[in-house]
Amino acid sequence: MTAALDTDTALGKPIRRKEDAHLLHGQTNWTDNIQLPGTVHMAILRSPMAHAKITKLDVSGALKQTGVVAAYGAKELGELNGGVPCVWPVTDDIKMPAFPALAIDKVRQVGDCVAVVLATSVAAAVDALDAIEVSYEALPAVTDMEAALASGSALVHDEIETNACYVYKMPCGDYEASRAKADVVVARRFINQRLIPIFMEPRSVVAAPMGMSDEITIWSSTQIPHVLRVLLALVTGIPENNLRVVAPDVGGGFGGKLQCYREEILVTNLAKKLGRPVKWTETRSENMVATHHGRDQIQDIEIAATKDGKILGLKVTLLANMGAYLQIITPGIPLLGMFMYPAIYKMDSYDFTCTGVFTNKTPTDAYRGAGRPEATYAIERIIDELAAEIGMEPMELRKKNWITHDEFPYTTVAGLTYDTGNYEAATEKALAMFDYDGLRAEQARRRASGDPVQLGIGISTFTEMCGLAPSRTLGALKYVAGGWEHCTVRALPTGKIEVVTGTSPHGQGHETAWSQIASSILGVPVEDIEVIHSDTGRSPYGMDTYGSRSLAVGGQAIKAASERLVEKARVIAAHQLECSATDLEFVNGSFHVKGDPSKSQALGAVAFEAFTAHNLPPGVEPTLQAEATIDPADFSYPHGTHLAALEVDTETGQVKLRKYVCVDDVGIQVNPMIVEGQVHGGVAQGIAQALFEGAEYDEDGNLLTASLADYLIPSAADLPSFDTATTVTPSTTHPLGTKGVGEAGTIASTPAIINGIVDALRHLGVTDVAMPASPQTVWRTIQAAKAGAK
Amino acid sequence: MAHITVTVDGTSYKGEVEPRKLLVHWLREDIGRVGTVVGCDTSNCGACTVLLNGRSVKSCSVLAVQADGCEVTTIQGLSDGSEWHPVQTAFKECHGLQCGYCTPGMVMATVDLLSENPTPSEQEIREGLEGNLCRCTGYHNIVKSVSYAADLMSAGPTKGAK
Ligand code: FES
Ligand code: FES
Repeated sequence: MTAALDTDTALGKPIRRKEDAHLLHGQTNWTDNIQLPGTVHMAILRSPMAHAKITKLDVSGALKQTGVVAAYGAKELGELNGGVPCVWPVTDDIKMPAFPALAIDKVRQVGDCVAVVLATSVAAAVDALDAIEVSYEALPAVTDMEAALASGSALVHDEIETNACYVYKMPCGDYEASRAKADVVVARRFINQRLIPIFMEPRSVVAAPMGMSDEITIWSSTQIPHVLRVLLALVTGIPENNLRVVAPDVGGGFGGKLQCYREEILVTNLAKKLGRPVKWTETRSENMVATHHGRDQIQDIEIAATKDGKILGLKVTLLANMGAYLQIITPGIPLLGMFMYPAIYKMDSYDFTCTGVFTNKTPTDAYRGAGRPEATYAIERIIDELAAEIGMEPMELRKKNWITHDEFPYTTVAGLTYDTGNYEAATEKALAMFDYDGLRAEQARRRASGDPVQLGIGISTFTEMCGLAPSRTLGALKYVAGGWEHCTVRALPTGKIEVVTGTSPHGQGHETAWSQIASSILGVPVEDIEVIHSDTGRSPYGMDTYGSRSLAVGGQAIKAASERLVEKARVIAAHQLECSATDLEFVNGSFHVKGDPSKSQALGAVAFEAFTAHNLPPGVEPTLQAEATIDPADFSYPHGTHLAALEVDTETGQVKLRKYVCVDDVGIQVNPMIVEGQVHGGVAQGIAQALFEGAEYDEDGNLLTASLADYLIPSAADLPSFDTATTVTPSTTHPLGTKGVGEAGTIASTPAIINGIVDALRHLGVTDVAMPASPQTVWRTIQAAKAGAK
Repeated sequence: MAHITVTVDGTSYKGEVEPRKLLVHWLREDIGRVGTVVGCDTSNCGACTVLLNGRSVKSCSVLAVQADGCEVTTIQGLSDGSEWHPVQTAFKECHGLQCGYCTPGMVMATVDLLSENPTPSEQEIREGLEGNLCRCTGYHNIVKSVSYAADLMSAGPTKGAK
């Protein structure tokens, strides 16, 4: 074994990533790269209609085309037409309509799968789709959530006789009493628009019967190989122990690959039926309609306060668009936000109601932040509106109401106990970096001079709950799985270490960061540690990567397993060194006999002893490995203060983001370089919601933003650099002191931007601006405010 | 079917191709150069960027037959693996990639950008990479990577080696 690192410093260093070498040389293994002999390629005939009866479907024409091996509609597929699972029935009386992989008799969204063709090349499969005869009888499309709930609306699912999927209520305290006491009540309706995840690698799946056994291996561009294996077993009836799911290199996910997709079900079933590899890779155009969407809520929010700015209560009434069907956790997304509307603020009461609504649109599900960005947006926006209403500086209003650092642990009105936080420290640092007072002075000057370009300052002081999740809490919320994570650490006879994790990275740098954690405990250099992940054959236990859980939960398992391995090694080392285990100290990867520096044994040597097993102490089994499966004690609660300075051209509506400062507190950082990168990317996605992105439908249910030419994700030219910094308030419920960072930036940044635009224009009578705040939208908002003021 | 001869990353490939086949699909499917990837079907994302006779192109907007007689450099041919190209070094050093899917295109576009403008300003970098989308990094570290690569390259050929 090579010399041990300084164990004090492996953790917390900005170590350059192990992952990068292969990614930077194109030595990658994306699912679509996999080309197995005998593969047939699947192409999908998708519905061009949002809502229609399938009056005719005849796939026989496709079978006559060159290269075509098979073609199926729902009828031909029969029992192999598996249903897409939903694992979060949020209420006892939730309506859970069937979601067959291939539509049966009726289509309910543009992009619904109607038929599939399998052929020896992608081109042959796609060409043969034209030979399928299909006709539809259009039905009225349900596109508007409020209209969907009105009586007499067309129904997305006739059999459930309503478009209301569920109603979820969480009353906390007596909001009506708070309201009665209040001097001021401010109510707003915010539209949290529909977004499309747009991970850069389109989805792809290959399933192959492995021949020598009954095993079917499925390679999928997924965030959740472990969960997918269980779900595919349940859906297809293929025994779980015959399924191996591998997520090779995965090019981003952002929640969009947290799914058991219909295409994954089809490819798996067809590989088994045909006895040969089946492959499908989506085009970006398919991705836009067939990969689940995110957000899409109408938020009615009402805040009650005293005239000097003490918040008394909050009422939130949501309509949450489910889309046409329920996917893996579609109904639960608003519930992940439910707890976070009260955010960092103290109040007496909080009343939450959410109605899930079916429409003829693409199903929604997790997208970066999943419920929490929506909550943070609404609360941070209404705080600014309350400040304006009572004439208080918006940061002062926040300070007056937030939980102070000496009040932790603090149980919020929504019933969560935040373990730690220091909103004052993060805010103070952010204000100093931002030059808040200087920018406010410039804003005053521009207002006074009537400058056509006005300056706005946007604030977002956010927290979120992440590190999903304590299994008992998930159970109480009717989520059917747990939130634990697993790790096995193996010391190999050659001195190398394997860290087998149940997390499944797709850009987050787990191989580097997990090596740092193990290195800091085992004293083995980071480069001698291999992290094994994302393959149920090699890493059998795990709950995968989403909800900023991988470090917060998976990190605990790595720590515990590493520590257990050291304890097993200690017993063996004591036997070799002929001393008692308690006489040994473990420093920098070696056991030393206390007081006798000549007697020591390195971990690698212990591993070799455990491998040969020639001379192990009685009762100790050969091999040196340890495992841990950890259920987190609680969520973790990252927080931070984000500040944006925006120049708004009142003549054109053009918004220019001039400066973006954020101070995040994500607890202990394993690799600050990776943390910073997560914040950058997260902030950019949140800014994108505020300024650029929105999935638009026409009233017939056609997605108008159905390609990357129409759905604007920002390019480098659309964004500035960001000024990021951190404060470190360690989590007290997570043994490493870590929180989570994957979603923080996205959760925080959207309201900072919109608050800034409204702040720039408030003197013109503007009190809100819709997202995305395109120049056209901003310009119209200004015109409407001016007209209203006349 | 058309007959083409294309030099890819220093190796000459001959093949029969359907006239409608895109260069990126020929690279990936016909000759197994799968380092170059596809991110869209509207020529917006830039993930497929390669050098064609030394200039960057989106290989999804070029037909394979149009590359007949040309020289193509992909991410796989930028360096031999032992000696890194300075742009590759810079992207690693500055954490200019997360999932890495945009990276082949981003790196090749950067090589072209820096050959045109060896000392770009931040704004010039941002505008120069406008045709390459990244969903992970927010571009902050990509911009830093490009600046750093420019520094490495102006400091001479040896400094970029890793
Ligand atoms: S694949 Fe998107 S531009 Fe070529
Ligand atoms: S690193 Fe993931 S898209 Fe750029």
